[in-house]
Parts: sequence; C-alpha cells; structure tokens
Amino acid sequence: MSILVDQNTRVLVQGITGREGLFHTEQMLKAGTKVVAGVTPGKGGQTVQGIPVYDTVKEAAAQHGVDASIIFVPAAGAADAALEAAHAGIPLVVLITEGIPTMDMVKAVAEIKALDKVRLIGGNCPGLITPAACKIGIMPASVFKRGRVGLISRSGTVTYETAKALSDAGLGISTCVGIGGDPIIGSTFKDLLPLFNADPETEAVVICGEIGGSDEEDAAAYVKAHMKKPVVGFIGGRSAPKGKKMGHAGAIISGNVGTPESKLAAFAEAGVPVADTIDQIVELVRAKLQAS
Amino acid sequence: MNLHEYQAKELLARYGIPVPPGRVAYTADEAKAIASEYGDTVVIKAQVHTGGRGKAGGVKLAKTPEEAREKASQILGLNIRGFVTKKVLVGKAVDIAKEYYAGLILDRVTQRVVLMLSKEGGVDIEEVAAERPQAILKYPINPATGLRPFEARELVKQAGLEGNLGKLAGVLVQLYQAYVGVDASTAEINPLVVTAQGEVVAADAKIVLDDNALYRHPDLSRLREAEAEHPLEVEASNYGFAYVKLEGSVGIIGNGAGLVMYTLDLVNRSGGKPANFLDIGGGAKADVVYNAIKVVCKDPDVKGIFINIFGGITRADEVAKGVIQAMNDGILTKPVAMRVAGTAEEEAKKLLEGKPVYMYPSSIEAAKAIVEMVNGGGR
Repeated sequence: MSILVDQNTRVLVQGITGREGLFHTEQMLKAGTKVVAGVTPGKGGQTVQGIPVYDTVKEAAAQHGVDASIIFVPAAGAADAALEAAHAGIPLVVLITEGIPTMDMVKAVAEIKALDKVRLIGGNCPGLITPAACKIGIMPASVFKRGRVGLISRSGTVTYETAKALSDAGLGISTCVGIGGDPIIGSTFKDLLPLFNADPETEAVVICGEIGGSDEEDAAAYVKAHMKKPVVGFIGGRSAPKGKKMGHAGAIISGNVGTPESKLAAFAEAGVPVADTIDQIVELVRAKLQAS
Repeated sequence: MNLHEYQAKELLARYGIPVPPGRVAYTADEAKAIASEYGDTVVIKAQVHTGGRGKAGGVKLAKTPEEAREKASQILGLNIRGFVTKKVLVGKAVDIAKEYYAGLILDRVTQRVVLMLSKEGGVDIEEVAAERPQAILKYPINPATGLRPFEARELVKQAGLEGNLGKLAGVLVQLYQAYVGVDASTAEINPLVVTAQGEVVAADAKIVLDDNALYRHPDLSRLREAEAEHPLEVEASNYGFAYVKLEGSVGIIGNGAGLVMYTLDLVNRSGGKPANFLDIGGGAKADVVYNAIKVVCKDPDVKGIFINIFGGITRADEVAKGVIQAMNDGILTKPVAMRVAGTAEEEAKKLLEGKPVYMYPSSIEAAKAIVEMVNGGGR
C-alpha cells in the first residue's frame, strides 16, 4: 500500500510538448509510471514518446481512464490548466509550475475545493512518488527506495536529500509528497497526514517544513490530536532574517507569523522531535520506530 | 515589489478612492513651488521603501511655502533605516475628524484575501494586532464573488466606523477591486480619514505587488527602483537567480530554495555567518553556475564560498564545469568548500580532481570547514 498513487495509476501530462513536459515524461516513463496521454492545446493528434496528445483534458480523459494529471504548463496558464483537469473530473492534480500569480491560485484553490472531489498538490512543487510503483513529479527516482516512512515536504532538494538518507539507511519511503513552497497551495501537511495515518505500509512520517506561514503549527495540532504513528519534524531556514523572501515565495517571516520559534514550540507541544540536520532525521526516525 | 506611498495613492485614485492632492518633489525648491500652488498647509513625507518614517523625522507639516522649502530640505537626504530619502510627497493636509484602518492581505490559513478593518487607524497596526487583536475585524473574501457593497456596509457597521456609510463601504469595495486589479499581495490605507467636512480619503497608503504577476502589469514593473535594492540583488535578478544579500562572510551557492536555506542554517550552526542566499534553480548549466560565482565574488564581504549541490535535474558535472571555468577566468578568487551528491556526482568529482577546491562528503563537514577557513583568516 501507499497513499494517493500505486503501480496502476494512469497519468495524464498537461504541457507534454514543452521542454519540461517532454523531459519529465521520459523520466516518469523510466521510473515505471503509466503515462497514458498528454495534452497541449493546438497540438492534438500528435504523439510524444509514443503517447497520444490531445487538445483538451476532457478529450484525453474520455479516451483513456485517467486517475491523475501532472501539469508543466507555464505560469500564466497553469492555474487554468489545474481548473481544466479538475472540471474534467480527474481526482488527483499535481501542479509542478512555479511562479504562478498568487490571485490565480487563490481563485483556483477555492474553486477546486468547492468541487469536493479533486485533490490538488502544489503548485511550485516537485510532485509525489511511491517508489518502484509510480512517480508523478520531477524528483530523481534513483534516490528513493520503497520502505516504511511517509515523507511530506515544502521543498524540493531537501526532500531528495531526506529521501536518499532514509533510503540509504534501509528505512525507505512509502510515499513522498512535495506540497510546494508557495503561500497558497492545494494541499497542506495537515491535509495529507490523515492519509498516512490510515496507510498500513507507513510506519512513521517525516514532515520537512520551513519558515513562513503556519502550516507546521497546524500539522503539529493534527499530530497531537489524531496521529497514531510516530512523526519527526525538520524546519529549514531557521537562521533566515525577518521580512526577506528566501527563494520560496512562502518562506518569509512577517511580523510574528512564520518564525522557527513558533514552529519548534508547536512540534515540541505535539511530542514531535525536530531534527537539526538531515542526517539527524534518520536517527530520530529510527529511535521513534524502536520505541514504538 | 514595494511601491512608494505616492505610487500607491495614484493606483487607488485610478480605482476611484479619494486621495488628498499631492505631488512629488526632488528638491526643496520644487516642494516650495507645490506648496505655494496649493496655498494651504501641506504635509511633506519622505518616499522611501521602509516603515517608521514618522519616528525618523521623515514626515513634517508646513504652513507656508517657505516653511515647506525648509522642511523639505531637512527631509531630503535623510537616512531612514539605511534608505536615503531622494524624493518627498508634498500633499495637501487633511482636516481629520476620524482616523481608521483598512487593509487587505493574503491569508494562508483561509487561503483567501482577508479584509482587516479597525477604528484604531493612524497607528502601527501590527502593534494593535499584538496588543488588542479584538480591535481589528477580519473578513475573508470569497474570490468567486469579490467584496460586494452589502458585505462592505455590514463590515463598516460591525467594526463601529462612524461617518458616511456609503462612502466608507465604497472605499472598501474599491480597495478590493484595486487589490485584484493590480495583483497586490498587500494593500493598506492607514489612516483612512473621515474629514471634518464628512469626506472619506486615503491619507496614507501602502501597496506591495505580487512579483509572480508583474509580467501582466508592465506599467507597474517599470516602477521598480534599482537603488532601493542591493546592487548585487539587481544583478542576480538580471541573471534570473533568487539572491538575497545577508550580513556575513560566507558566500553560499546551492540548488533549490530549501537546500540553500538548509545550507545557511548549517553555516550558522557551525559558527559562521552567511553573506548571501543564492539559488541557481533546477537544471542549471555551467554558465548559470559561472554567473552565480561572479555575483558572489563581487561581494567584498565574502571571504570564502560554500557550494552545496544535490543533483536531481541539475547535473553535478555541469556545476563542476562552471566552477572550473570561473577559476580559469580568474573570477573565482576565494577559497571554496564544495559538496556534491546525486546525479553525475562521480563525473563532477573526476573533473574537480587536482583543482584547488576543497571537496567534502557531507554538507555538515563542508560547512564546518568553510567556517574554519573564513574565521581563521583564510588559507
């Protein structure tokens, strides 16, 4: 088992004929993902890597059973692409694009949540992977080994490093979800924790957070109230100055919101140990698994 | 991107919000000319990209044109929190009866734009929020409908604002239209003034624009002022990196915002101080790395550089090629501690063999080493 995706998940690629779309379609196929169709408006009828391309998501979904869509559409059209997938009834939409205008995301997230049957991951995220089964994202699959730990992260490279460390240590990953570094995203830590809580393959969960916003605090509250499995935390950007945007649009401390102190206190309150370094994440997970 | 008060007021006026008459002056004589044209008491306000202007002496009243000249000459050139005042807004003073606060911000918890409304305007709203949060009414706006007049009227009543209900509510509706129209991330009117004559005017305004949406507002992106930012930040942004100038002496280059933040943390934990944040982004080629090194080496505060790469889409050998090119061209003159892992790690290590680059197997060791080199006066 795993969450959200498995080896049977049928995947659509939106923006499949663009540079990023092409490259990552190839990489996803190599990782064993069942990519069944692509969409690029105006390029319907072509094939890419043997995969048929359609003008609209509706057409692609009617021809192939589609379980999930991954979006590589440039920022100006990315929120619209997510809405197109959602209205075509695709239950899982993974939005990779970075730099999407914030108001576009405010509107799209509200509309998709109102549909109440579509899960949006991202934008500005690396996607998700269940190792050796399905990758819907841009992460290097080679560093992910299948295993016992669920991983949720706001960052890309920190996720890969953590996954590699957990894999090298023999613990492995059940499913890894990169939720994205923007202020407005489709799914937060607390939206995904219940899925890991219910997944029999996942024995522990790692939350890789960072400064800015209060998603880590919300996650800690959920852990305290509901989580049956051990959770380990990590917070990036603990030394960042206030008011400066650290690469991710969401990683900014404004006023007293988003400080590392607040996140550390929330995790401590929930009994979640926080690793100072990525190597320490492995030690803490191991200790938690031995204790439980 | 931050806008100046006068720019923010121009935008609000475009959306129908009344603002006091005012113009920008770059010299004391210009300020005097504007004041004599108005023939009335004026307020002279420093136009700098920072808060706390009033406390720093950057806001003064002038009753006569001659006084306006005097006050403007005191404010022009004034250093406010590191920003030198190069222009002032000379505006007609308003006859204040009531001062309120109205602001729109992006709220991550509700994932909506939230209207904040308070009777306690004209003061630092963050202080009000900290001391008496109940004094601020917060209302998340449905993005599908926007803020409608009936909602605005109800909110004005609920917050206890006194004055012409239609005019006050109208300003709130227009403020939301402006927020969405210019793609702001913050839009504030503080104070929102009800004058002795019963008019409602925005006596001060602050707008921060959403950088992601600037591409669809070419007229607004032209307002960006290079001098308001660190010159290296401007250069880096021309190259397309995310770069932030910091206070320390260890230059940092990495791939991925999360990894770069983590690298800053490691340098701090090792007793060093990062000189910058620089993310080369995903899939960077040798030339991008070369330019990154160029920017970091231009910073005179940098005593050593830590390059931290986890190859995913970015190939570590491309990074190595950029480093070698920078050495060959004599650009890379500072000691470098490097750690590479992931895609093409072995190729990168082979390329760097015998080069004057200190390679470390882990980020932690590289951080300790570079801090030692920098703090120990280099090698």
